[in-house]
Amino acid sequence: MSTAAETAIAPDAVLDALEAEAIHVFREAAGAFRRPVMLYSIGKDSSVLLHLAVKAFAPGKVPFPMLHIDTTWKFREMIEFRDRMAREKGVELLVHTNQEGVAEGVTPFTHGTHEYTRIMKTVALREALDEGGYDAAFGGARRDEERSRAKERVFSLREPGHRWEPRKQRPEFWRTANTQLADGQTMRVFPMSNWTELDVWRYIQRENIEVVPLYFSQERPVVERDGQLIMVDDDRYPLEDGEQPKHRSVRFRTLGCYPLTAAVASRAENLDDLLAEMLVDRRSERSGRLIDGEGGGSMESKKTEGYF
Amino acid sequence: MTTTTTSTTTSTTGAPKRTDAEEKALAEHPIVRVVACGSVDDGKSTLIGRLLAETESVPDDILDYARNTRRSGSTIPKGEVDFSMLTDGLEAEHEQGITIDVAYRHLYLPSGRRAIIADAPGHEQYTRNMAVAASTADIAILLVDATRGIRPQTHRHLTVCALMGVRTVIVAINKLDAVGFKHVAFEELAGGVRSAAARFDLEEVDVIPVSALTGDNVIDRSTQMPWYHGPTVLEALTSWQPATSEDTNAVPFRLPVQYVVRADDFRGYAGTVVGGTVRPGDKVVVNAKGGSTIVERVLVGGEDVDEAHAGTAVVVTLETETDVTRGDLLVAPPEGLAADHYPRPATAFAADLVWTGEEELRHGRSYLLLAGGLAVPAVVTAIRGRRDVVSGEEMAGRTLKMNDIGHVEIATDTAVPLDPYAVSRDTGGFLLVERVSRDTVAAGLVRHSLRRAHNVTPHAFTVDQEARAVLKGQRPRVLWLTGVPGAGKSTIADALERKLHGMGLHTYVLDGDGVRTGLNKDLGFTPEDRAENVRRVAETAKLMMDAGLIVIVSLVSPFRGDRRAAKGLFQEGDFLEVWVDTPSDVVVERDPKGLYAKARAGSLPNMTGVGQGYEPPEKPDLVVQGSGEVDDAVNQLLDALEVTH
Repeated sequence: MSTAAETAIAPDAVLDALEAEAIHVFREAAGAFRRPVMLYSIGKDSSVLLHLAVKAFAPGKVPFPMLHIDTTWKFREMIEFRDRMAREKGVELLVHTNQEGVAEGVTPFTHGTHEYTRIMKTVALREALDEGGYDAAFGGARRDEERSRAKERVFSLREPGHRWEPRKQRPEFWRTANTQLADGQTMRVFPMSNWTELDVWRYIQRENIEVVPLYFSQERPVVERDGQLIMVDDDRYPLEDGEQPKHRSVRFRTLGCYPLTAAVASRAENLDDLLAEMLVDRRSERSGRLIDGEGGGSMESKKTEGYF
Repeated sequence: MTTTTTSTTTSTTGAPKRTDAEEKALAEHPIVRVVACGSVDDGKSTLIGRLLAETESVPDDILDYARNTRRSGSTIPKGEVDFSMLTDGLEAEHEQGITIDVAYRHLYLPSGRRAIIADAPGHEQYTRNMAVAASTADIAILLVDATRGIRPQTHRHLTVCALMGVRTVIVAINKLDAVGFKHVAFEELAGGVRSAAARFDLEEVDVIPVSALTGDNVIDRSTQMPWYHGPTVLEALTSWQPATSEDTNAVPFRLPVQYVVRADDFRGYAGTVVGGTVRPGDKVVVNAKGGSTIVERVLVGGEDVDEAHAGTAVVVTLETETDVTRGDLLVAPPEGLAADHYPRPATAFAADLVWTGEEELRHGRSYLLLAGGLAVPAVVTAIRGRRDVVSGEEMAGRTLKMNDIGHVEIATDTAVPLDPYAVSRDTGGFLLVERVSRDTVAAGLVRHSLRRAHNVTPHAFTVDQEARAVLKGQRPRVLWLTGVPGAGKSTIADALERKLHGMGLHTYVLDGDGVRTGLNKDLGFTPEDRAENVRRVAETAKLMMDAGLIVIVSLVSPFRGDRRAAKGLFQEGDFLEVWVDTPSDVVVERDPKGLYAKARAGSLPNMTGVGQGYEPPEKPDLVVQGSGEVDDAVNQLLDALEVTH
């Protein structure tokens, strides 16, 4: 979220406070849970999450693996970046794909975005968490992202089957988290709950954190769908008869599956440009996410099913 | 009215000038946490929405949403911003038209500070959610509807905020537009609120006449209320100043250890400093117990630093090899500190509880107490009173239900170092967790520790057998194994104890031979001495049972009269007489201690079964076969103890 007032704050002190809070949450979970795992979605929030995890346990190693749910429709640049980051940071990388979904030919085009997301993301995530026997999973979600997220806990309880029940969430007093789990319960843990989108970018700049180049503008082949710019990342994208992708200077504010992630026209080629642009563009970042746009509470309903 | 206030309230003209002290305060407290209390009817959503929108803290697409979306009942025409829609929440809340859960919003203050507003529900059944929001808050914004006046919920909000340690309260008397912006209407309410607030230990109370709907006194001074000379809501938020690390009343150094970081030749203790500062060379004490040790290094993000203050996530290493682990607390040594600034470990505390559980408090039930990284079994041993949140008075109460606030006494299994909550929220606050559902059933605020010597007198033991037993999660009992020498009593007792111990139960075996080498070494084997032997063992078993143990007595105890006397010391059902019945040929064959051989040789004249008779129980509670498999006997005994195995 970029807002005019946000620029007037003392950013370093705020970033220090947010960093300390995130590290506190990482350590608490790593100390309390038997088998935690860090969800890694390759986006900027995941880059920050990984950076924070490294800082939290330095000079020791990050004491948990990171898990990527690969829908097979991610941007190709994301996959290259993912593998390189895992190598460079010395963190174990686990990749899981819902093979049943692949075998059934589930794609965003054949099954609709809702069903595709459910099968290739939500179900895949549940499978991976069950197979690994993880009792806690870190995620990079922030309260400023979306309406139902504003009420999310830092330690968010999931009932058996990974269901999120808003009414059963535990009260969070002080810094003391109740990390006790009954049979079948697991926890999602959000160290960056109180960060804003601008905090994320400022922190990336301050800490010199590497992000996928897709966040920066460059000529990319795009088509227009329902007023949104979609990048054609490979030849699986169904073009209309005679349609040719146009090359335009675009970048992405969030990264997901390429057919479902709208680009924005932009000339921001580096971090400075990007921060300057954000201070002018005052739309929230999820306005570019096609999967959120299905009725007011669609994030809430996806979460109840176990989506992150 | 001419205002001489130095604080700048316009955000567009660049950063205001700050004094050095303000700069330091801003660097140490860049984020201020605010709890907003009041219900939808009071106009809370509108007030927060307007604060967010008019400080430009909201993205444009969310503003568009608030222009184009309406809840039923809204009177604001489409196209205009309905500020209440900016804090729109869960679908479940839409259905009921209320706020269930705490939502968190960012507000950017002209002072350069960021405010995180916890938007707390107002209804009585959500007192616990309000307590959550207040638990970390520096400031409370409390709404009072001018058309309805001071209501019970106003008192409740004040009570909860004061209890949870909020020291600055901004009371927004809202809907002044609906009472014609009249001074007299405001003063009447303001007087009422001030006197209600005077009951609590609050540092600052601002009472502001507001119309969230028309925007009067929210951001800018109202032109409708020339009689009011105080700050607007935003000004009051902006002028808040925290205590800094130089404040002499501040909490001394506290570091709850969350995690032990290990690397090659490195062992450091990771946690967030929640009080004071820490530097290399500082003396610290582990769990406020014993001597001090010296901090060797302080690391932040893997890099050495000279100093870290409260709020910083650090790793510290200690000069001496100390066995520090998750759940331990590093504190400043007691020298030069007030007594309540040094958390000597205790096993009993007086505390306030905000009950959050669906099930009511069970007196004597064992809960888990969580504080820092610590988890210890704890029992509520006494309920001293229940707070009437409207009158603020303490009433008698036998239990606590959801949303109740009570004053209780708590006993923990092991001594824990807790501060009074008034000294530190982080090390004076704790959670109680139900052991089966693992739900958080209460938030606890330590009043003070209870010293046993002061608290326990012979006529009023606070902790009784039941409390101890509940803490151990077991029913204490005495299993009295009687039988001739060599019947297999000790073997069975040993196997049973190993089994119970493995199940996490607390046990003790009182063995005949064992007691004769110590407690009863003055006794021989005459009938008189045997009677005294049995009596002493029975009394000892009784003390142990009172301490909460499952006591297994393995004693020949040949005479019925002695056993009957022993049983008479106990309540019905607490003493189980178990006959280990083993055929004499098996016993003589076994003769593990060579006693039968000696007896036949005539050197043990009073040997039971040889020189003296053994009187088998007439009505034993249980008979086990000493000649069969030991496991079978053990299982029989486990069934009798009603423990699942």
